[in-house]
Amino acid sequence: MATISENTSGGLGPAASLVMQHYRQQLRTRRIYTAISIGIFLIALFYSLQFANDANAGKFFERLPYFFDFIRSFVPDSPMEIFRAMFDLPSPYADGSLKYDYTADRVYITDTLYIPNFFYQLIITINIALVSTIVGASLAFLLCFFASTNLVGAGATRFVVRRIMEVMRAFPEIVIAGLLTAILSIGPIAAIIAITVHTIGALGKLFFEVVENSDMRPDEGLRAAGASWVERVRFAIVPQVLPNFVSYTLLRAEINVRASTIIGAVGGGGIGEVFRLAIGRDHAAKTYAIIILLLVSVIAIDQFSSWLRRRLIGQQSFEFGRGAA
Amino acid sequence: MTSSVPSINASDRERLRSAHPEVFHRSVMKRYGLVIGSGIVFAYLVICFFAFNVGPAFQNGQWDRASSYIQDWYSWRAQPRLRFQDDGTVRAQWSSRGQYAAGADIFWLQPTQGGGYTVTYGSDNDRLEVSSSRVDVYVNGTAYPVTITEDAATAPAGAPAAIIQDGAKVIVDYGFEGQAEIRTSQVYIQRRFLGWANFLFDTKSDFWGKSWGELVSLATVGERLDPARSNVSHMVDDFLGNNVWQHADILSKLMQTLVMAFVGTLLGTLCAFPLAFIAARNITRSRVANWGMKRLFDFLRSVDMLIWALFFTRSFGPGPIPGIAAIFFTDAGALGKVYAEAVENVDDKQREGVKSVGASPIIVNRFGVVPQVLPVFISQSLYFWESNTRSATVIGAVGAGGIGLKLLEAMGTNADWDKVAYMVLLILFVVFLFDNVSNAIRSRLIGGPTH
Repeated sequence: MATISENTSGGLGPAASLVMQHYRQQLRTRRIYTAISIGIFLIALFYSLQFANDANAGKFFERLPYFFDFIRSFVPDSPMEIFRAMFDLPSPYADGSLKYDYTADRVYITDTLYIPNFFYQLIITINIALVSTIVGASLAFLLCFFASTNLVGAGATRFVVRRIMEVMRAFPEIVIAGLLTAILSIGPIAAIIAITVHTIGALGKLFFEVVENSDMRPDEGLRAAGASWVERVRFAIVPQVLPNFVSYTLLRAEINVRASTIIGAVGGGGIGEVFRLAIGRDHAAKTYAIIILLLVSVIAIDQFSSWLRRRLIGQQSFEFGRGAA
Repeated sequence: MTSSVPSINASDRERLRSAHPEVFHRSVMKRYGLVIGSGIVFAYLVICFFAFNVGPAFQNGQWDRASSYIQDWYSWRAQPRLRFQDDGTVRAQWSSRGQYAAGADIFWLQPTQGGGYTVTYGSDNDRLEVSSSRVDVYVNGTAYPVTITEDAATAPAGAPAAIIQDGAKVIVDYGFEGQAEIRTSQVYIQRRFLGWANFLFDTKSDFWGKSWGELVSLATVGERLDPARSNVSHMVDDFLGNNVWQHADILSKLMQTLVMAFVGTLLGTLCAFPLAFIAARNITRSRVANWGMKRLFDFLRSVDMLIWALFFTRSFGPGPIPGIAAIFFTDAGALGKVYAEAVENVDDKQREGVKSVGASPIIVNRFGVVPQVLPVFISQSLYFWESNTRSATVIGAVGAGGIGLKLLEAMGTNADWDKVAYMVLLILFVVFLFDNVSNAIRSRLIGGPTH
């Protein structure tokens, strides 16, 4: 832009060249500000990286060669091994070690019919995510109406409900999971409750924002007809916001599948834990089998939920990443 | 609602029905869809309830421990063991956490003349008189002597519910104030107080046991305790070096987590920015490049953050580097996708305008596209920064280091719940702070609050 203005400023009248001068001055200050903020960012980045490198167990440049060695050494004995590990088929390399004990983990339903272990763990993980999404969304649905300005006059109620949601959203999931694991012993319930709590907080916020943006004319109509608060919410607000609610819930279900995988790795069971063990013990075939399973299921769930969302609310664009994780 | 509406006659009703058939004759799916759907969801939840053994797990849950763990969040326990010695005296032995300095005068644990100890729980009516041959338990002012032999400690007949005979030992429960386990060789005392013990200074510090007033006067006008440095720097050193609470370690771990989120998001943004222009159909006219770039984004996004984190932990060792790498890779994919969509939705007129004066492609994008998308880009990156601050905690617990790992270690001991509460408060504070900072930046960029 600067080049253009320089070429044209020559033939300007006194008033116009004054404007030009002001414009250039503004441009200069803006550039100085941009340069300063980029400089601050670069310095922060540099020191952050240095701090990260110092705090890390292995230093970045020292470990880089090992990193490539690790990738090179981390190959299964044959591509078929990945397939065998995935479906719990006996391995020709079996030597009694954990690395090749694919058949040992079969989950038998009848005497001969079994679910391969990784599939079984994946089902657990997905169910944890589903249950916590359903329960969390239902509770967020009940809570959100008490947090929206247009439905609740009492500032105190709104304030309390919103703060509860904020704390639920920000409270570290692993702490809830850890505390419940200590009480209920290891199992999926701790993970379910931890993710549910987070879901209530995250969805509750999105829900009440939708409610606050809803059209209040149906509500006025019902109020004029003498409807109670519950009836107004049920017949004026809910029909408007339901598609958005469902679509946010589907988005949350996607996020929760990832969350339950991670919580699983920390001790909640499911595919996350199996994965952590497999990669920690250098079981290449098992690791790749789980990565493929996870990748396929995450993509499938993403596709399914975006298809469902499109059917529900059309092409309405979404602010992606809002309230993610 | 219906009662207040004036009644409609039959012909009116017929007219309304025929005029609005879509309201009065809805399909089965429309009429019962919600009920059927809720029924299916409810049935699914019931199945899961049994499949996950929720009932038995709650029944077998250790709820007595639960209350103790939760009390540990906001209170602390002193846990001396009063061991019976061969010479007939009693010696107090402290756990490694040592909340009292050696030789400190403890108001609730006073030695008696016979070599024993008096332990008071709140008032003089609730106390233990401990000697090596017997323990007098006072509950509400009444004494119940517990006799101790070689084989067993025995509660007297007619003892109240607070005194429980458990095999060879006797457990005395004083509620929140604490409890005592009387065994054949020792009395294991648990005495609980509100607050966090030695949060500022540990017992080795010169400032230990001083009141707030004393500390303030020492910091401002007091004599130097250590001539080599001022009292304030001495205090800061002792605070950070607190052996029990490990402030320096926890704060540096928190810093690691913040650095992970900051650097990961920033690098992801820097990487996604140019790639998004390649992925956008209206900027790069090569279908192959668009498709390839979008699939790359999908891949980076779909491989879970957990997988990236474990993968890089395996190769770089635990610490912030795997965390940064995990956040960077997932964010490069996720941000790339969002950015590409934003670029594809730009108004073409501005590009045409810049193009018409003969600008090169880079200049066209710089002045025709970037000004339109930059606010969206920055606001999305801020959203990701916020949420990454939270996920960095969890990623850390998997092995990427930072406060997550510290939390996991503290929870693993089942004795450090006060430290867990401390870290949770720090995390909540940081998350709220960042939420507000990023909201403020965002509303300045886009104008007006966006939420």
